[in-house]
Amino acid sequence: MRKDTGIYTFNPEPVGDYAVKVSDVSMVYNIANEQLNSLKEYVLKLAKRELFFREFLALQNISFEVKHGDSFGLVGTNGSGKSTMLKIISGVLSPTTGSCEVNGTLAPLIEMGAGFNLDLSARENIYLNGALLGYSRKFIQEHFDEIVDFAELRDFLELPMKNYSSGMVARIAFSIATVIVPNILIVDETLSVGDMFFKEKCQDRIKSLIEEHNTTVLFVSHSISQVARICENAIWIEKGIPQMIGTAKEVCEAYSKSHKT
Amino acid sequence: MSLVRYFSLRYTVLSLTIMNSLLARLKRDSFVLTSLVSKDFKIKYRRSILGVLWSVLNPLFMMLVLTVVFSFIFRFEIENFPLYLILGKLIYLLVSGSTTAGLSSIFNSASLIKKIRINKAIFPVEKVIFEMVNFTFSLTAVVIVMLYFQVAPTPTVFLMPLLMIYVLLFCTGLSLILSALAVFFRDVVHLWSVFTLAWMYLSAIFYPVSILPEVAQQAILWNPIYQFITYFREIIMWGTVPSLQSNLICLGMALSTLAVGILIFRKLQKRFILYV
Repeated sequence: MRKDTGIYTFNPEPVGDYAVKVSDVSMVYNIANEQLNSLKEYVLKLAKRELFFREFLALQNISFEVKHGDSFGLVGTNGSGKSTMLKIISGVLSPTTGSCEVNGTLAPLIEMGAGFNLDLSARENIYLNGALLGYSRKFIQEHFDEIVDFAELRDFLELPMKNYSSGMVARIAFSIATVIVPNILIVDETLSVGDMFFKEKCQDRIKSLIEEHNTTVLFVSHSISQVARICENAIWIEKGIPQMIGTAKEVCEAYSKSHKT
Repeated sequence: MSLVRYFSLRYTVLSLTIMNSLLARLKRDSFVLTSLVSKDFKIKYRRSILGVLWSVLNPLFMMLVLTVVFSFIFRFEIENFPLYLILGKLIYLLVSGSTTAGLSSIFNSASLIKKIRINKAIFPVEKVIFEMVNFTFSLTAVVIVMLYFQVAPTPTVFLMPLLMIYVLLFCTGLSLILSALAVFFRDVVHLWSVFTLAWMYLSAIFYPVSILPEVAQQAILWNPIYQFITYFREIIMWGTVPSLQSNLICLGMALSTLAVGILIFRKLQKRFILYV
């Protein structure tokens, strides 16, 4: 088994030339050949020396840089390692080898609403989820109305969230996650939730973050047209191997060409 | 000369920034902790009319049941047996409750751990704090029993915070160990429920130590719960100041468990995300 030497450095100040700098990152998952779930099985296999792992390379030697204020797209087919890459950048997963450097506050929009407790009311959940996202109590108090107004759910504030529709939950989640002006915003196909009007509102909000607040955006999508429209630069990853880095237009063209033949 | 000054200045700046970021992290973590504790309370007493009063009533009723059982079936010569019982039971419930909740806290927070960069130790620590707050409410039950049996408190009750710190550190350490191990082996969940049951009978909660054989009386001194219970009974029931030795034993057990807990947790937490 190889030794883990991956380094993740996070600096909340937007300093240096790059918002995100990924150098030579590889991610290895050890997949057990059999499912081992109990201590007994584990010890038995260990004693018999039958404990084998298959190494699975989710990412191989990925390097790229994202400048401050840039909007950067990641494209690739399902299971090609895009989300793994985003998880490494957001600091949830540490890389096996290589290094990842992030300068600036992060707002992850990866599957929002993870911290909701559906037995609690929306009001209580806004505070709870805000805390989990790293906001201070004062910040939430000051921006409470802004969150509620953006989600347009003021009439249902005291209702337990299990009575909400999934679209309503997504509205609250998006409002909480984007009330802050982050230096770096990570968007992982979350724009597919909500009705048409709310989707537009979300896109406007992201656009205003990019244009008015100089926020760096990392964008993952299957929709090539969306990437080409929103992003300036992009990387194309296929089965964990980087295929191409360049302007979003070039990368998207090459990507769609390769899938037509 | 200037080089020395440069480095000392650099060092000061560096240590100041480290201090600052540490303080900021502590502030953030404490807000997350209080939010989670208040969430747990809301969930626990949701739609119950008596609400938090149950934290007092529950140990009282339990004491009543056990007192009836033990006054008719087994008889022990203990003065104020109900008080003896409830003091032991409360400490036991605190330890078993917080560790059992702490145990599953990591894999129950899988959805969060997979998505947000967060100090993972928050989850087991929060469960311990929640049980600690609950325990503080339950102390009202002790006051009621003392009033009923007309046991006057002595100034030794002021040692209560000290005992609570010992138990807090001990439970935190144990929860860190268990929650980390449970991520990799769910067996720990089943083992722990059996273990805590055995631990209850081994902690002299409803019998006097004097009924035990000599060997067992020596062995029970290694049981942290028994040490905490004895401390509790000393300051509340018997009005004696626990000796320096018993203070050191309690503190030692708490700190060593915490140290092991932090070590194990830090070693394993990087790999949690691959298993939760």
